[in-house]
Amino acid sequence: MSIAKTEVEKVARLARLEVEEKRAEKLVDELDSVLEYVGKLDELDTDDVEPTTHPVAAEHTGRDDEVNEGLTVEQVVGHAPDQQDGQFRVPKVVDE
Amino acid sequence: MSRDILKELRAGEISSLEVIDAIIEAAQDDVFNAFVSLVDPSELREQARGADRAREAGEARPLEGWPVAIKDNICTRNLTTTAGSKILEDFESPYEATAVQRLRDAGAIVVGKTNLDEFGMGSSSETSHIGPVRNPADPDRVAGGSSGGSAAALAAELALGALGSDTGGSVRQPASHCGVVGLKPTYGRVSRNGLIAYASSLDQIGPMASTVEGCARLFDAIAGHDDRDATSLAVEPAGPGCADVLSEGVDGMTVGLPEEYLGEASRLDPQVRSRVEAAIEALEEAGAETTSVSLPHTEYAVATYYLIATAEASSNLARYDGVRFGRRAEDADDLAELYKKSRAEGFGDEVKRRIILGTYVLSAGYYEAYYEKAQKVRTLIRRDFESAFEEVDALVAPVAPTPAWTLGEKRDDPLEMYLEDIFTTSANLAGIPAMSVPSGTTDQGLPVGTQLLGPALSEPVLFRLAQKIFEQCNDEASGRG
Amino acid sequence: MDDLSDILGDEYEAVIGLEVHCQLDTASKLFSGASTKYGAEPNSQVAPLDMGLPGTLPVVNRKAVEYAVRAGLALRCDVRNETKFARKNYFYPDLPKGYQISQHRAPLCENGELVVPIDGDPLGDGDVRRVGIQRLHLEEDAGKSTHLKGQPHSLVDLNRCGVPLIEIVSEPDLRTPAEARAYMKALRDIVVFLDISDGEMSEGSLRCDANVSVRPSGDEAFGTRTELKNINSFKFVHDGIAAEIRRQIELLEAGESVEQETRLYDVDAGRTRPMRSKEESHDYRYFPEPDLPVFTVDKEWIEEIRANLPALPAERRRMYREAWNVGRDDAGVLTGEPALANFFEASVAHWSGDAQTVANWIVNQWLRVLNDTGHTIDEAGVEPGEFVGVVELVEDRVISQNAGQTVLEEMITTGRDAETIVDDEGLRQMTDAGAIESLVDDVLDDNPEQVAEYRGGNNNVLGWFIGQVMQASGGSADPKIVRSLLQEKLDS
Repeated sequence: MSIAKTEVEKVARLARLEVEEKRAEKLVDELDSVLEYVGKLDELDTDDVEPTTHPVAAEHTGRDDEVNEGLTVEQVVGHAPDQQDGQFRVPKVVDE
Repeated sequence: MSRDILKELRAGEISSLEVIDAIIEAAQDDVFNAFVSLVDPSELREQARGADRAREAGEARPLEGWPVAIKDNICTRNLTTTAGSKILEDFESPYEATAVQRLRDAGAIVVGKTNLDEFGMGSSSETSHIGPVRNPADPDRVAGGSSGGSAAALAAELALGALGSDTGGSVRQPASHCGVVGLKPTYGRVSRNGLIAYASSLDQIGPMASTVEGCARLFDAIAGHDDRDATSLAVEPAGPGCADVLSEGVDGMTVGLPEEYLGEASRLDPQVRSRVEAAIEALEEAGAETTSVSLPHTEYAVATYYLIATAEASSNLARYDGVRFGRRAEDADDLAELYKKSRAEGFGDEVKRRIILGTYVLSAGYYEAYYEKAQKVRTLIRRDFESAFEEVDALVAPVAPTPAWTLGEKRDDPLEMYLEDIFTTSANLAGIPAMSVPSGTTDQGLPVGTQLLGPALSEPVLFRLAQKIFEQCNDEASGRG
Repeated sequence: MDDLSDILGDEYEAVIGLEVHCQLDTASKLFSGASTKYGAEPNSQVAPLDMGLPGTLPVVNRKAVEYAVRAGLALRCDVRNETKFARKNYFYPDLPKGYQISQHRAPLCENGELVVPIDGDPLGDGDVRRVGIQRLHLEEDAGKSTHLKGQPHSLVDLNRCGVPLIEIVSEPDLRTPAEARAYMKALRDIVVFLDISDGEMSEGSLRCDANVSVRPSGDEAFGTRTELKNINSFKFVHDGIAAEIRRQIELLEAGESVEQETRLYDVDAGRTRPMRSKEESHDYRYFPEPDLPVFTVDKEWIEEIRANLPALPAERRRMYREAWNVGRDDAGVLTGEPALANFFEASVAHWSGDAQTVANWIVNQWLRVLNDTGHTIDEAGVEPGEFVGVVELVEDRVISQNAGQTVLEEMITTGRDAETIVDDEGLRQMTDAGAIESLVDDVLDDNPEQVAEYRGGNNNVLGWFIGQVMQASGGSADPKIVRSLLQEKLDS
């Protein structure tokens, strides 16, 4: 399967990554060769195979409903690139 | 490996302060670029004195006074945790990883944070924001990756123990290239709490040391259930710790030799092959049986690995957006630009490449063809191991196809670099433990490790086998190394 | 129904499905140990996980699962024994991890239903609509961003990040805005009675998105739907959907077509408008959450939750009316809030007479006293047994009805018990007929003119006489005895 440049651009937008024009060309080639390589999985018939999400299944029964964690406001916003009044400041968010 | 400093330290033949002073001295000009950050010398000496006092008082804990180095993608208090990335270059974690906390509780002294491939994504430790790690055996060569800084620090005696992380071979391959011992534990055996995620279903923190015994003692200290990690295993294997079973030997064990790793088709470098064969002979001499086994889906492991790892990474790395912590681009006009520019400036090329690939394989229309397909092949790879382990106690294999290569050699071809992981990714996909144990050097004096793999929770077995190889191959190799 | 005829006419039919989000009232968050309390200082209830710090991992709050199962059982869903979490990936400043942990392929609950009264009778005596529940799953809430007026910035508060939510997705079974509102109200009653949420739409504990389409009456195929986001009051559930239906019909009437999009209800304009922020096409890239293993909800646990399920309002109303003979409207009032229903049921258990008497007392006296003193039932601190004690004092005519109300007020404000208040305040009724008779005789003797007036045919004077006798007794005489003695003597 060959990937189109427009597709790479779409995916980059989805991943919120700015990709320079000249980098995009190279990226298309690199992804093409990787996708060609991973295409070898198609050799295998996996119709009746269950997917593995967790290699070793841990039993998870959850935790009790207890309040036992919490950072100070200073710890939360103290290292933010931009903050105001104990909140994170970002360029305008619309429709909220 | 002229001296076993850990043994001397435990025996009280050398003080923690002496060891720490030597490290402070040696680390001053970090010629191998093994460290991203170091703890203040006065603080280290203070802790070393405390350890010496505890030892004198007969109150030494299992790792009392051990200087350990922590890979810089594992969170520590009071030191930055950068993951080797510009996007986190000033990041200070308000909490500490469970594994680090357990090391400290056992008496270890954290000396610094080690260099790595950015976010653990690489096999050469060349891509961090502070530049490449150099191999102490030959500074023009890579140390392997991504835990190259931890391996190099041990090889250069800048630490006596270290933590790495292994997603597709990142503990074992640098351990092999630098001539130290490294274990990727069973998935869920060591808490991932505080490990900066690359690929959550593959990542494990692993112990590394100059000796098998040192590695076993570190493992005994960090392993065990953690309430903060839902994937951490609740089952505690019965019996003594791994360090206590090393002398039990391997007599009567059956070790499998996978055709796909050792046969002609594996295109193994002849010198690597000869070291692995020497390790196999060592086990046979010690009384282990060997038999040929097959893991038929081995050739699909790298493809499977890259699909799963990049997909999970694309999601795990979404949080680096310049809003709450880390680097933010200066000239963003709106929110979309803030994200795009911060991430474009903060991430290196390899990280971006993997995020793009991972986003692509999860996106609408491709999920089944790529991501889900890979999850199914993962099942086939797991089954290969399950049937092999019905016949044998463990497997012996190479760690990497070649010894350490020269810096910059493979930087331009991502696929070539990915294939470097051909012998290591299967263990992560199957969640089984695997370790690299030094097995001598090549004619040029480059270290070569042998890989041992076992079923889930078989770490004690692997350590016993490793101890035999370590004793045999390193006596034999001492003239060359 | 007004909205049916006004908006739809005979030509069109609307098809509505709701996705309701309900915050669960746990103490800690779904995946971290931070507090969920509403209204705290911004960013003061944030654990490392909630702000997406590197290396943090989610651990499921078992109580949240229990609450979700409660809701699922009450909505007659199938509850899965093994449920899975998934990541929903998108970038937004109020979503610190860059993904929301939700459920995708194996939701906790599926295939339920809710029977909703739809003819305007909330007590369900009239027509009902069976609304299918497609799925009910657990997920984490996002933070809050506030736009600063006149500035190019927004501020982000992460306190709400990770608060547990259940998302309840209905089948497209609703047909009118009023039905949608009735469905929301029924859901609210359920979550409040199950004690899993405060159900406050005004605080965002309960909110919904509506999928709305219209089609010519009689058509089987659905029209193109729009999604109306972030509806936060019962009124707007009705008004927003009505506005959207009206807009879609106008488009169709004008020969235009409805575009599939996400819209918002503009309360001031009374119209819906497209959302601007969602211009980028969504591709959430769901995949199984690798940090969370399959969560096991074993059968024993489900049965334990089922066995302890609180009775729901409809069920309780039926019991009050059919088993206890309580009037229809009173039964409605008493099941308005769980605390009220619980108080009523506990009071009846203490009471030996008919339940309607207790119902009368609660609806007519107790609610007024609570309202006057500004207390909720729980705050008032009067136990059902104590309350019934006061009712008994009145029924046994130890004190008057008015005095009963006074006693209740005093119990709340002073905390004294009923007997003490009756004695301290001298509220005990004079029931000794002999003593009352002498008061009556005195009043009649002192007022011969009025006696003559009464006997001359003016019966209204009786009330005046009763007042005089009551005054003479200091208000303590039993008015019933006073009245009968007066009548007896005046008529003789």
